[in-house]
Amino acid sequence: MTPTYYLLLSALLFTIGAVGVLVRRNAIVVFMCIELMLNAVNLTLVTFARINGSVDGQVMAFFVMVVAAAEVVVGLAIIMSIFRARRSASVDDTNLLKY
Amino acid sequence: MIASSWLLVAFPALGALVLLAGGRRTDTWGHLLGCATVIASFVYGLVLFFGNSFAEATDTTLYSWIPVDALQVEFGLRIDALSIVFVLLITGVGALIHLYSIGYMAEDANRRRFFGYLNLFVASMLILVLGNSFVTLYLGWEGVGLASYLLIGWYQDRPAAATAAKKAFLMNRVGDVGLALAIFLMFKYIGSTSFEQVFAGIGDVSPAVVTAIALLLLLGACGKSGQFPLQAWLPDAMEGPTPVSALIHAATMVTAGVYLIARSAPIYNLTPDGRLVVTIIGAFTLLLGAIIGCAYDDIKKVLAYSTVSQIGYMMLAVGLGPFGYALGIAHLLAHGFFKAGLFLGAGSVMHAMNDEVDMRKFGGLRKAMPITFVTFGLGYLAIIGFPFLSGFYTKDAIIEAAFGQEGWRGWVFGGSALLAAGITGFYMTRVMLLTFFGKQRWKETKSADGREFHPHEAPPVMTAPMIVLAIGSVGAGALLIIGNNLADFLAPSVGVLEESTHGVVPHALVPWLTVLLSALGALLAWRLFALRDTAIERPQDVSWPVRAARKDLYGNALNEALVATPGLWLTRFAVFLDNRGVDGAVNGLAAALGGGSGRMRRLQTGFVRSYALSMLGGSFLIVAALLLVRFS
Repeated sequence: MTPTYYLLLSALLFTIGAVGVLVRRNAIVVFMCIELMLNAVNLTLVTFARINGSVDGQVMAFFVMVVAAAEVVVGLAIIMSIFRARRSASVDDTNLLKY
Repeated sequence: MIASSWLLVAFPALGALVLLAGGRRTDTWGHLLGCATVIASFVYGLVLFFGNSFAEATDTTLYSWIPVDALQVEFGLRIDALSIVFVLLITGVGALIHLYSIGYMAEDANRRRFFGYLNLFVASMLILVLGNSFVTLYLGWEGVGLASYLLIGWYQDRPAAATAAKKAFLMNRVGDVGLALAIFLMFKYIGSTSFEQVFAGIGDVSPAVVTAIALLLLLGACGKSGQFPLQAWLPDAMEGPTPVSALIHAATMVTAGVYLIARSAPIYNLTPDGRLVVTIIGAFTLLLGAIIGCAYDDIKKVLAYSTVSQIGYMMLAVGLGPFGYALGIAHLLAHGFFKAGLFLGAGSVMHAMNDEVDMRKFGGLRKAMPITFVTFGLGYLAIIGFPFLSGFYTKDAIIEAAFGQEGWRGWVFGGSALLAAGITGFYMTRVMLLTFFGKQRWKETKSADGREFHPHEAPPVMTAPMIVLAIGSVGAGALLIIGNNLADFLAPSVGVLEESTHGVVPHALVPWLTVLLSALGALLAWRLFALRDTAIERPQDVSWPVRAARKDLYGNALNEALVATPGLWLTRFAVFLDNRGVDGAVNGLAAALGGGSGRMRRLQTGFVRSYALSMLGGSFLIVAALLLVRFS
């Protein structure tokens, strides 16, 4: 089994996540797409760790998980408060901060 | 006793300080203090004069003034024959003018301040003639410029006076630049500015530099002494009160240029070219002044141009070098008496005639003001060179010396000096006839402020100085010239007076030629102004020489065309460069930044997804760049 497939998979996942962030309006979905991108990166890190026979990439993946967890906490809280204020979770409705 | 010569300067300087700093508290006795300080200086000058032999110069160093590395300037005074002569002239004539001012300025509420300025003037002039280095001389030189500015602009509420003061100040600055540059050159090539070391070291300097120094000094002298091409300020300076005119024209200020050249005799002795330029300027100016003097109706302006002309004689004399230094100084002293007398006489006439200066409105004043008539008349006879009065001796000596030059110089310088003597006879006789003789034209007219004229003799405090000056006008010339009195006395300072042996005109003939020409001029004036009635209104339909002379022989037009207009254009160009160039660059940059930012602002749409897109694009760019670097 070649590591290339893992890398292709993670690239696919990352692309799906990125497109999702750009095209979806619902904040929760955008958030999930971000998680998808983070995990695609994690997969890449683990794959390269495997290829190189070093644990550095795996350690890095753990860090990313911790950051992702923290980000979820803060992000969900923000989305909750925006929803309470606006009765909507659409990211296009929160466009007050502009020129 | 010479060691305390600083007292000469200290008296008037202290007077100026007390009067100017003391303010209105000193109003009641200010004029008395002003006179007392100058008289004290005069008395002390007399004590010095009779108590010493002046066989050699005595330098007194007071303190180290500018001790900077190689530049060591001591503040010191030099007492020698030349400076003591000037001290006596300045303080003597100055004291008489101070006394006269008590009467002349009696109506002026600021008389005390006027005396403060006069004292400042005298103190500056004394520093100028007493300083023992060119830098000290420069201090006095600038002080005189300041005091003349303050005094010419005394009637500040008159725009003409304010303009005249500025004009005098600016034209003097032009000359001062020349003097300053000359001092710089001395320091560069000789390493010192004191008279002693400069005169000792000038022989080792290359002739070109000596000539440059001489010409720059001449520029300074032209500025102060009202010589061509810087003569235009002197007639305008008549806007000041008449005692100021007398002080500027007779005792101080305009004599400074002649003093500078006589003092720098060791420099001029080395440069025949420099001396030639001095004589040319002198000869040209003496004709110029005399010709313009014929055209004016303003009594003070005629006297002013007469000063320009007489200073021209002095410049011509000192330009002749060893043949003329002492003669120039002799004429300067005699001129100090008769010109001060003439100016004070003119002031007395103005005092009697509601400050009217137009001679066409005078006439027949001799009966109303006998003392003024006699003193003015003696000054008049002295200036036209009436036999055995001051001008006869001193002016003749200069004309003789001018004719004593070789070749064309003798003819040109002697001829122009002789011709100007004739013209002097004409215009001074004109002044005399229009003012004191003929019909009493003032009965038919009124002064500018609508009052009738009631001419009356001036109070004794004004007539007394005029009488003293008139006596000086009569006797000074004979005293100075006969037996070479002054020349022998000045020999330690300016060198022995040389007698020219090869003249283009025999010496014995010159005095009588001069008298003849003056008499012809006077006769012509008598024909034109005594035998015919003079119109009160100034005739406008006149021949072109008169028109040219009325326009100062286009002296002002020349300055305007050569200096003022190009200067204006240069200023405008600089303003344009500043507004469009410098300001344009700064303002343009700001405008470009502001406008650019205003447009860039539109990128901040507020949509999170567009920000995410630009972040993604940015990341792609960075990754692409990294790959490019890595694999190319």
